[in-house]
Amino acid sequence: MLWKNTYNEFIKILAKPRSYIGLAALTLLILIILFAMKADGRMYISFVTASFEQTLSFNGNILNGNLIAFIVLQMLIVHIPLLVALVTGDLLSGEAAMGTLRMLLTKPISRSQVVFSKLIAAAVYTFILVVWMGFLALVVGRWMFGTGDLIVLNSDGLVILNYADILWRYGLAFAVAYLALMTIATLSIAFSAFADNSIGPIVSTMAVIILFTIIGSLDVSVFDHVKPWLFTTHMASWRSFFSDPVPWSAIWESVWILLGHNILFVAIAIFKFKRKDITS
Amino acid sequence: MNQEPIIEVKGLQKNFGAFTAVKDVSFTVNKGDVFGFLGPNGAGKSTTMRCMLSLIKPNAGQINIFGKNLFEARNEILAQVGSIVEKPDFYKYLSARKNLEIFARISGADVSQKTIFETLDFVGLTGREKDKVGGFSHGMRQRLGIAQTLLHKPELIILDEPTTGLDPQGIIEVRDLILRLKNEQNKTVILSSHQLAEIEHVANRMVIINKGQTIIEGSVSELMNAQETLLSIELIDRSDAALQLLKQQFPSLSAEVISPKTLELNVERMLIPAVNAALVNAGFAVVALEPKRTLEDFFIQMTQN
Repeated sequence: MLWKNTYNEFIKILAKPRSYIGLAALTLLILIILFAMKADGRMYISFVTASFEQTLSFNGNILNGNLIAFIVLQMLIVHIPLLVALVTGDLLSGEAAMGTLRMLLTKPISRSQVVFSKLIAAAVYTFILVVWMGFLALVVGRWMFGTGDLIVLNSDGLVILNYADILWRYGLAFAVAYLALMTIATLSIAFSAFADNSIGPIVSTMAVIILFTIIGSLDVSVFDHVKPWLFTTHMASWRSFFSDPVPWSAIWESVWILLGHNILFVAIAIFKFKRKDITS
Repeated sequence: MNQEPIIEVKGLQKNFGAFTAVKDVSFTVNKGDVFGFLGPNGAGKSTTMRCMLSLIKPNAGQINIFGKNLFEARNEILAQVGSIVEKPDFYKYLSARKNLEIFARISGADVSQKTIFETLDFVGLTGREKDKVGGFSHGMRQRLGIAQTLLHKPELIILDEPTTGLDPQGIIEVRDLILRLKNEQNKTVILSSHQLAEIEHVANRMVIINKGQTIIEGSVSELMNAQETLLSIELIDRSDAALQLLKQQFPSLSAEVISPKTLELNVERMLIPAVNAALVNAGFAVVALEPKRTLEDFFIQMTQN
């Protein structure tokens, strides 16, 4: 029954116009970034490298597809959660708002199976978003800008990564970014289990992200013990794959914390949904 | 009539916070019954029906369906139940056929495409299967809702206000459909409706609930016959003389002359043939005998008491 309902979920997601808003918005944003970089990328790069040019000389194709992909990831990882929540926050509460939840739950399928089937559908949808982002950023980026070494400016300074040593980093970075987005998906599904309208869980998810991000960025000692446990602190851990050497222990810590949040949010969703009186 | 109980609801209670929606509802539905479920707005009908479909968990009481506890054998029971609660809602962005496919897939039975088309035909939606439900009228959605309940050929059908929004022809069709389900397929049907005449036409047993409690339960005909009904008698003339006769022969009757040709009296339904015989034997020309108490009067009397 789980897989039959998961199949149903795919049909629903494919038929809903809002599912394509995320993909369309992502495509548009990345294309705008690509064309902006094509038009004025040299100036953008020289602005970043200006402070190093007295001590370093940059030769070769710095503005290449690898750098473009990094810029795209950096820019969009803030916005993609909204696109994910737009679909996943609606999965349970949207059915309640439409009245179809009432029809669905009079069928011989357990409530846990309903949540899991929606979770699987959300995971596949999020995966498609990440793969599409990777394709546009990396494949189209390389096609438009060619390839070359990747120069990354991070808190430790300038890191130059050989072009032959980059693809695996992108692969793992996208995997961790996917896990971070799945945390958003499970959070919005958990909110969705509490609500009977579509917009509430989406707004609540974004509110939590904003709140946690603000707490994470405040340099106040009272939050020092909290910050390492906020999922938002670990959402940008994909960047660590572009450090040299790669801080594996920090990445693993982020992965465990994000996984823990995923499990917690799914558990909350199931706990609430199993006990919910369907009055809509 | 087969007396094998299909549904046994005992001492059902449901609170929403401090509000008690259902206080003490009990009733039994037997196999093959068309069971009328009556009550005024806010009586607890929908809450009870939702409890019977495990949409709402009761605070107390027991629901056994097919001899099994609903909350212990939920999936097994629901695989044999088709239902519409309040109104049928569908995925508006999907076609009628896609909607039925979605619900058929999780119905617990293997429902073929042929069955889907046959069911759409059965409810009069042939030719509209590819149309999106968002463009359907309320009546068409009701028909699709009924199709959805029948897809997996359930033993028990629970219909909450199935004729709401239907035109008179649609109401007659649904009524006929319910009778066909009972007579041709021996299905058990629970029917809640504000159309009391509809219950009167199709139900053989009923329960009336009010303020979250069972008021009365039993066979529709027995309950109706046990009550006094208002009988209007139309004669050619001499209604005052007829009144005198009836008062002599049935001293407990309360009756009054309405016009020279009409009189009205309160009488037990079982006594109506005797009243008619008395008048005819005394030479009165009886034009019509019309019992005016309907289920509606009975319902109002029960719920107001």
